[in-house]
Amino acid sequence: MVIKLVIIAVIILGVIAIAQLMRVYEISSKLRKNNEAEISTRDNKLNANLMLLFMLAMFGGFIWLMLTYGWTGRGEAASVHGIEIDWLLNLNFIIIIAVFFITNALLFGFAYKYVKRPGVKAFFYPHNNKLEMLWTITPAVVLAVIIILGLKTWNEATSGAKAESIRVELFSKQFDWTARYSGVDNTLGKFDYKVTTDNNELAILTTNTIDTAIQQMENGIMGIKTLEDRLNDEHLMLAPKDRDAMMEDLDRKNNLVRLLYQMKGRHDSRLDAQAWDDFIQKDTLYLCKGKEYEFNFRSKDVIHSAYFPHFRAQMNTVPGMTTRFKFIPIVSTIEMRDKKNDTKFNYALLCNKICGGAHYKMKMMVVVLEESEYKKWEDSKLTETFRDKYFASTVVSVIEEI
Amino acid sequence: MAVVAHEANGHQDSHDHHKESFVSKYIFTQDHKMIGKQFLMTAVFMGVVAMLLSTLFRIQIAWPGEGSDFVSFFLGNEWAPGGVMKEDMYLGLVTIHGTIMVFFLLTGGLSGTFSNMLIPLQIGARDMASGFLNMLSYWFFFLSSIIMLASLFVESGPAMSGWTVYPPLSALPQAVSGSGLGMTLWLFSMAIFIASSLIGSLNYIVTVLNLRTKGMTMTKLPLTIWAFFITAIIGVLSFPVLFSAALLLIMDRMAGTSFYLSDIIVGGEMLSQHGGSPLLYQHLFWFLGHPEVYIVLIPALGLSSEVISTNSRKPIFGYRAMIGSILAIAFLSFIVWAHHMFVTGMNPFLGSVFVFTTLLIAIPSAVKVFNYITTLWRGSIIFTPAMLFTIGLVSTFITGGVTGIILADAALDITIHDTYFVVAHFHVVMGLSAVFGMFAGVYHWFPKMFGRMINTRMGYVHFWITIIGAYGVFFPMHFVGLAGAPRRYYNYSVYQDFDVETFNLMLDLNVIITIFAIIAALGQGIFLFNFFYSIFRGPKADQNPWRSNTLEWTTPVEHIHGNWPGELPTVHRWPYDYSKPGAQEDFIPQNVPLKEGEEEH
Repeated sequence: MVIKLVIIAVIILGVIAIAQLMRVYEISSKLRKNNEAEISTRDNKLNANLMLLFMLAMFGGFIWLMLTYGWTGRGEAASVHGIEIDWLLNLNFIIIIAVFFITNALLFGFAYKYVKRPGVKAFFYPHNNKLEMLWTITPAVVLAVIIILGLKTWNEATSGAKAESIRVELFSKQFDWTARYSGVDNTLGKFDYKVTTDNNELAILTTNTIDTAIQQMENGIMGIKTLEDRLNDEHLMLAPKDRDAMMEDLDRKNNLVRLLYQMKGRHDSRLDAQAWDDFIQKDTLYLCKGKEYEFNFRSKDVIHSAYFPHFRAQMNTVPGMTTRFKFIPIVSTIEMRDKKNDTKFNYALLCNKICGGAHYKMKMMVVVLEESEYKKWEDSKLTETFRDKYFASTVVSVIEEI
Repeated sequence: MAVVAHEANGHQDSHDHHKESFVSKYIFTQDHKMIGKQFLMTAVFMGVVAMLLSTLFRIQIAWPGEGSDFVSFFLGNEWAPGGVMKEDMYLGLVTIHGTIMVFFLLTGGLSGTFSNMLIPLQIGARDMASGFLNMLSYWFFFLSSIIMLASLFVESGPAMSGWTVYPPLSALPQAVSGSGLGMTLWLFSMAIFIASSLIGSLNYIVTVLNLRTKGMTMTKLPLTIWAFFITAIIGVLSFPVLFSAALLLIMDRMAGTSFYLSDIIVGGEMLSQHGGSPLLYQHLFWFLGHPEVYIVLIPALGLSSEVISTNSRKPIFGYRAMIGSILAIAFLSFIVWAHHMFVTGMNPFLGSVFVFTTLLIAIPSAVKVFNYITTLWRGSIIFTPAMLFTIGLVSTFITGGVTGIILADAALDITIHDTYFVVAHFHVVMGLSAVFGMFAGVYHWFPKMFGRMINTRMGYVHFWITIIGAYGVFFPMHFVGLAGAPRRYYNYSVYQDFDVETFNLMLDLNVIITIFAIIAALGQGIFLFNFFYSIFRGPKADQNPWRSNTLEWTTPVEHIHGNWPGELPTVHRWPYDYSKPGAQEDFIPQNVPLKEGEEEH
């Protein structure tokens, strides 16, 4: 509290001091018959010099930043298309930094050089069509080069993945990432958000998961049955607000369960096999060096963005649709640690679209392995397929209940 | 409320035959000059608030987790226990800072102030086409400002989904607390703001088209008026689209529709909305959002064209090319919006079309820059504070413009999208350029607005602190972004786990940035003091202090209803006859007839 008062007192005293200085200045400028409209030669000269000085300081500062913090703090690219992007980025930087230096030098240089001098009149020069054509056509030509090279790289980076690339799903929610590998068949099982249950966070769609979801929706905790019972219970006193909320909840669940039954009717159980061999991986994403990956991105709640800074890759994850991005990692984690001379370095997957309070903590470690090590890891996961790990018990229990 | 306070002073001066009450002259006024000043005062206040918010969150970024008395002074214990702001509040501050700066300071403040002030004065009209609509436009603006500020004091916090308020985050109170009442207030404030902007823009367009004085053909208009005119047209075409985006969002939030929502489970609750698309919102938002950049920028470029020509004592170079490039920029601004959406899941082929159209904008922008530079060449430059800010504007327009070439290139955007590189880019090219243009306008037209001169020396100090602070903030920010720092991060601890070297780089640079930001913010105190002090105590202004050509300087210093005491002036020449060979003075006002045998430029 004392500090606050001191701060306020300092501010007030400061304002009063400046006001007094202003009055002194005003009285003196009245004596000099200066009404602020006439800028003295001295002031002009001062500002002209400052223009030159500022330009030098700005260029100096920029060059210092360039030398100290380099082209990019992310280190070298660790993917095939990333190397091309970096090459293009450097080329673009050379062009724009040249433009930056030349035009700023002209601007501040002219401001310095052509400051008003007594007796020198400005040169009446309203236009010159040739010059104007020159600086329309020159940027157009340079831009044509930039556009052509840029689109070439863009088309390569975003073209469809090869048939043999490894399919991995990255599932995002507030505030973590989960990966689903497509298993032996390299085909991801289908999904639908309505079959989400505690055991099936990724909403993978199989005959069993539909049944489980229906069962939970109807008979689970706060399921349709419980809600109906409560609403019909004469002995239960409910505040009108709670009752409304419950009715709304019931409506929604009835609606969802109807859709689930429709889905059950349409469901082709032959597709279940695609899902059963998928396996789920949390916290760390393992990738094999030199293999192309096609990532399928999904979101459970809001928009997130899968951002792999070291692989120069990014794609938003959008609720209600699947987005895709592909890349080939070419530097293993171990190799990158050597290159960066940092034994603790790891690749990372970050969230790069504002998604709520803990947005900044939403991350997943990425590890790139040599092929032999990757095989070992993959084999160890074959016993943890979706069927084995998550639905072995439930499959039984559903059957028992029926 | 500053409006009321300062105007009370000059009350006695009003002529007796006007018989205006205090309320009709200073509050519900229909006089364009007073409305312009009302916009300016409100915008200055909003600007100070937004700057303060940015100072608060910059402290968090540079010194994460360290308690600060300054932060706790403003946020209190609820939002900043122990002087460390909460994560949610951080997002709220970022969101409201962006909203106020873009819409309330640089759209409402810049267009509102100078279009109102200068359109009638520079085209030779007695007032706006509709004084009543003009008044309505201000009061809608005022109301929306109040609602936006009120949202900062809501218990669940202000809107927290970034100034672009992308759904589903902005549609679901379960996802972030600010998407409750705070977001509702945000949407209603913006809806009212859009109404204000539309009413204002229509008025500007009609006034420019219909009320030009005798001889004022479109090709004799000052570039300021061209800029305001085109800005108003862009606004009328794009703001309704933002309105529809906001309206659909309101319906998703309140009426259970699913325009933007599909297949969502949030807070353990499975929503039944299906079939909507968050991308639809992004398309609608950026269909305004990109033209909005030019709504902010073009008036600043218009003001600076006038200031740079007057103070170089030279005609603006390539008058027609300047008009042409404004028109080209305005047209292109409508077909580039999806360059904000390269990595949102939009079809990549569509992306390549937008790469092409976006990079085209660089051409008219380059023309403008070279024309400004050539205007300085062999001029006789007078460094008024307005001129300094104009040169600052051209510099930031270049520096921020060139990084746009990188971002417009979809392939490069993949890696720097939504990083601090983007933040640095748009703050320099749009934020700084527009703010510098606004300052140039305030310093240049201060004598016309208040009949007094603003202190020059303080203006110098203000400019040099501001430009040093500005570059000190935004140069390093590019490097933070290139190192891979996502925007809207509460801190960068995530890099501490993966890559300590990069983490240290970000932290070092962020400290530098925050120190410069605080210096720049303190520098604005000098401006505020100078501004208010000079309104009351500045020396009386001459009629035409800058020896300028445009019509506003032919009106008397004392403001009167109808602007000119007698007949409206007749225009005989373009506004840029500075240092014309054969003329005695180095300026010839627009209402001076051509001499015999004198050629029009």
